Amino acid sequence: MPVAIAPPEVKPEADREDRVPEPGGPGGGSGSEGGSGRWGDGGGRRLRPDSYQLGMWLALASISMMFIGFSSAYILGQGTNSQWRAMAAPPFVWINTVILLASSLSLELARRAPAATELKRWMTLTCLLGAAFLVGQLWIWRLLGDQGIYLSGNPHSSFFYLLTGVHGVHLLGGVAGLATLTARAWSSAPGVPARASLNVTALYWHFMDGLWIYLLVLLFFWR
Amino acid sequence: MALALAILIWAIVLASVVLFTGEFGWFPPQISEHGDAMDAQFNLTLIVVAIGFILAQVALGYYVWRYRDRSGARAVYTHGNAKVEVATVLITAVTFVTLAIIGQRVWIGLHLEDMPEDAVQVEVTAQQFAWNFRYPGPDGKFGKTATRLINDQLNPVGLDSRDPASEDDVVTLNRMAVPVNRDIRLTLRSKDVTHSFFVPALRFKQDTTPGLAIPGHFKALKTGEYEIACAELCGLQHYKMKGFLMVMSDQEFEAWLKERAEF
Amino acid sequence: MSDSAHPAIHPAPTTFIRKWVFSTDHKIIGIQYYFLALIAVFTGLALSVLMRLRLAWPTESWPWLETIFPVGFEGGVMSPEFYLAMLTMHGTIMVFFVLTTAPQGGFGNYFLPIQIGAHDMAFPVLNMLSFWVTFLSMGVMFAAFFVAGGAPISGWTAYAPLSALGEVAGPGLGSGQDLWIISIALFCIASLLGALNFITTVLNMRAKGMSLMKMPLTVWTWFTTAILALLSFPVLLAAGILLLLDRLGGTSFFIPAGLVVSDTVIESSGGSPILWQHLFWFFGHPEVYIAILPGMGVASQLLSTFARKPIFGYHAMVVAVFAIGMLGFFVWGHHMFVSGLSPFSALVFSILTLAIGVPSAIKTFNWLGTLWGGKIRFTTAMLFAIGFVSLFVSGGITGLFLGQTSVDVQLHDTYFPVAHFHMIMGVAAIFGIFGATYYWFPKMFGRMLHEGLGKLHFWLTFIGVNAIFIPMHLMGIMGQLRRYAESTEFKFMEPLQPYQEFVTIAALVTAAAQLLFLVNFCWGMFKGKKAGENPWEATTLEWITASPPPHDNFGGRELVVNHAAYEYGVPGAPRDYVMQTDPPLETTK
Repeated sequence: MPVAIAPPEVKPEADREDRVPEPGGPGGGSGSEGGSGRWGDGGGRRLRPDSYQLGMWLALASISMMFIGFSSAYILGQGTNSQWRAMAAPPFVWINTVILLASSLSLELARRAPAATELKRWMTLTCLLGAAFLVGQLWIWRLLGDQGIYLSGNPHSSFFYLLTGVHGVHLLGGVAGLATLTARAWSSAPGVPARASLNVTALYWHFMDGLWIYLLVLLFFWR
Repeated sequence: MALALAILIWAIVLASVVLFTGEFGWFPPQISEHGDAMDAQFNLTLIVVAIGFILAQVALGYYVWRYRDRSGARAVYTHGNAKVEVATVLITAVTFVTLAIIGQRVWIGLHLEDMPEDAVQVEVTAQQFAWNFRYPGPDGKFGKTATRLINDQLNPVGLDSRDPASEDDVVTLNRMAVPVNRDIRLTLRSKDVTHSFFVPALRFKQDTTPGLAIPGHFKALKTGEYEIACAELCGLQHYKMKGFLMVMSDQEFEAWLKERAEF
Repeated sequence: MSDSAHPAIHPAPTTFIRKWVFSTDHKIIGIQYYFLALIAVFTGLALSVLMRLRLAWPTESWPWLETIFPVGFEGGVMSPEFYLAMLTMHGTIMVFFVLTTAPQGGFGNYFLPIQIGAHDMAFPVLNMLSFWVTFLSMGVMFAAFFVAGGAPISGWTAYAPLSALGEVAGPGLGSGQDLWIISIALFCIASLLGALNFITTVLNMRAKGMSLMKMPLTVWTWFTTAILALLSFPVLLAAGILLLLDRLGGTSFFIPAGLVVSDTVIESSGGSPILWQHLFWFFGHPEVYIAILPGMGVASQLLSTFARKPIFGYHAMVVAVFAIGMLGFFVWGHHMFVSGLSPFSALVFSILTLAIGVPSAIKTFNWLGTLWGGKIRFTTAMLFAIGFVSLFVSGGITGLFLGQTSVDVQLHDTYFPVAHFHMIMGVAAIFGIFGATYYWFPKMFGRMLHEGLGKLHFWLTFIGVNAIFIPMHLMGIMGQLRRYAESTEFKFMEPLQPYQEFVTIAALVTAAAQLLFLVNFCWGMFKGKKAGENPWEATTLEWITASPPPHDNFGGRELVVNHAAYEYGVPGAPRDYVMQTDPPLETTK
């Protein structure tokens, strides 16, 4: 398992920060909207409304730098290593990609849901799709193992396991965050999780989605 | 307090100047064709650095003493002066960039110019903690090598005896002979970890990075025996990884090579 | 306190655990970071003293050391592997747990929110988490001393493949190296969390009227440092993950094909050792600025305060800090001129490197400009700030040699760069930390440090570090190579032995002088003279509140910032300093 030390990053943390079972601010919508300034931790500390958005963007910048580091290693290896043997994309990867894209779509539907019941349903679906993606990833790894393609086999397969693994750990953090929000949505009295945390989580989730597409392009189309 | 600090700062400047101009030791005498240009660039930089260092430190000491708190009026109230800032930027930028560009001539000569065809070829293979040198022999071609044939005692670079070109290759341990006044073309390799081939007298240093064959070249102008040291941390006996460069006349070199070939 | 009037401000915790251990108060976290760095710095110092002993008297036997270190000092003489382990740990502990931790995690945490008029960091829980991950990271690092084989011998740069091959390449390269990598990875995560917290806090939490250009220069340097950390640590994290996989997962990102170590063929599908160097130095060069930039901020703050003058060229200083930080991302190749880097890219790296001299010259010039025409008060803090400027010049200017491709060839990996980086990122940065300590101690602990003892500490340290590191430049010129357990094996290093002894003696005296600091620190915490709100008659926001500040920093006060950060000696003002929250001057007239 290549995953032990990859960072769970800040996502679950950001959730914990604003565990305020309040109906939140005036509205879901685009990322830059904010609450009334009352959704900060501690309930009403004077935060500018977009602290969590900003923090998340910074976290994403940081995650991007890590993947830029991996990418430069990948491109250097592909360009200079004579033992590089490109593996074919496991077909199941495409199904998994559809699942991940669908999760982003359902999260977006949740975010725009006018009523609490709909929101809860869409969020639950998103969680399930996210979990399904992760299970699918493990499944792909197992299939590859059966074909004799391991982490240590060839530089290209090493990178496949590395990149999908680190991405998977980040996504796991996202699923944990979403699951927390969803559980809160089902249990708490008002029935609506703080919109702000939902927006931040969505930002993270969509980024992971885009990152996945990028990784696929890097691994299987970049020549 | 102010005066003491000023004097101390000036004393540090004075001590530095004495240390760098007096007979306290300097680079080892240099013997290579490119070395003089390198030393000249060092000296040029030293002058620029000395001017900057002395100006800044002397001014610091002076200001510390001159503007100590004496009773009376308030400090001068100013937020700076844009013209002086711009002047500082221009002066330092021009000086530093000029220095950088002048310094590149030597580098370009060392790395980016073609070698003459008749250069003497030597392959350096570093390992924990020794230097292997290989000469192509009369055919002028290095024979094939193979990792699996490597044996520290019998075949340190893994020569493949099935390749005819490898038959006359000469391999030596820790001793590298080169003819004086001839261009030497090096190929630097490593068997295990990163080492660095450093001959202080040659003004030559190049890492031997495993997996790479790094080219290098020099021309030694003075006969004699010079030490080769490893300059990149390579493990336990890094500080003992010693070799010798022997610069000799053409005849001596041929004889030396022949002797090794028969051996 | 007006808690009832301002119910919004979070209440202070009451239990011991929440107040002192798992505190979310940035001030407590800052102090926690500071003490962590204090433990680290004295450990690192002790390691360097041990190394200096071996370098000066390589054959001398120290039986009492054998009783302390039975493994490393068989027969009372330090073994070469122990020397290299000390060297690795000294470098790692100093760079990560002192130079990165104390200025940023310690002082930055404590004073950044106060100086911008915030009640706390933007994400207090995250802040707590950063500290505890750092703590864990240090624990893992220290554990490397005690595992079989001992601490790694690959240096703080951990160049692959030496660091990637495991014990076959040398002692300490087994589990010691694994722990080293895990510790660094944890440290990266902690630093990332801290960095995003700092940036968000600066951008979002400033008090009313605290525009960016009214911020103290310390805040600017912490802010820039946080940006550098945010963008450079993830790359080190990536490198660490790859290295760990090479060691434990059987991959070969950094291990080229066809290696033979002591007649053992290494299985590999082909990797690149140079890749490690690129990734490491892409982080490593910004890291140098992570260490030194906060020191620059502190020097600016102290010079202005104690010269009783506004900082000379505030805007130029801000631009210079940013320029140094951003250029720092494009010069990593200058560590690799002789690594087999393409000679063309070396040319580009060289010119960019010398370009960093320009903003550095601006900073020096402006510090001198700040002193010019001042009324200098020679407090201990000010002495360290002046010492910082002197060391910044001495240590920075030698970069002009090392940044040039052709001059670097001879000097690379000698004591010359060792002297250079110790002077600038080591000692100058430490002087920044000392200056900050003497300056802010009254605010942090409510008591003054002893000025006489502090000044003695300054004189001994300032003379000492110059006596250690200026001769070291000359040793490098003469050819003394770094990371050599002794210099007796080579003829060309023979004349260097007297220098080794001189430097060791200077180091012993300097190290002993640090005990004065420790004594002063402990004495000051319990017995020091009570400090008022503003003992230095300074202008920034931390000096308008109690010492130490209340839990919410300003006791529920609403702050309005009216003045720039360093308004000293303003003509017509009632005092020779105008605090940032003082009412506008027109109305006071």
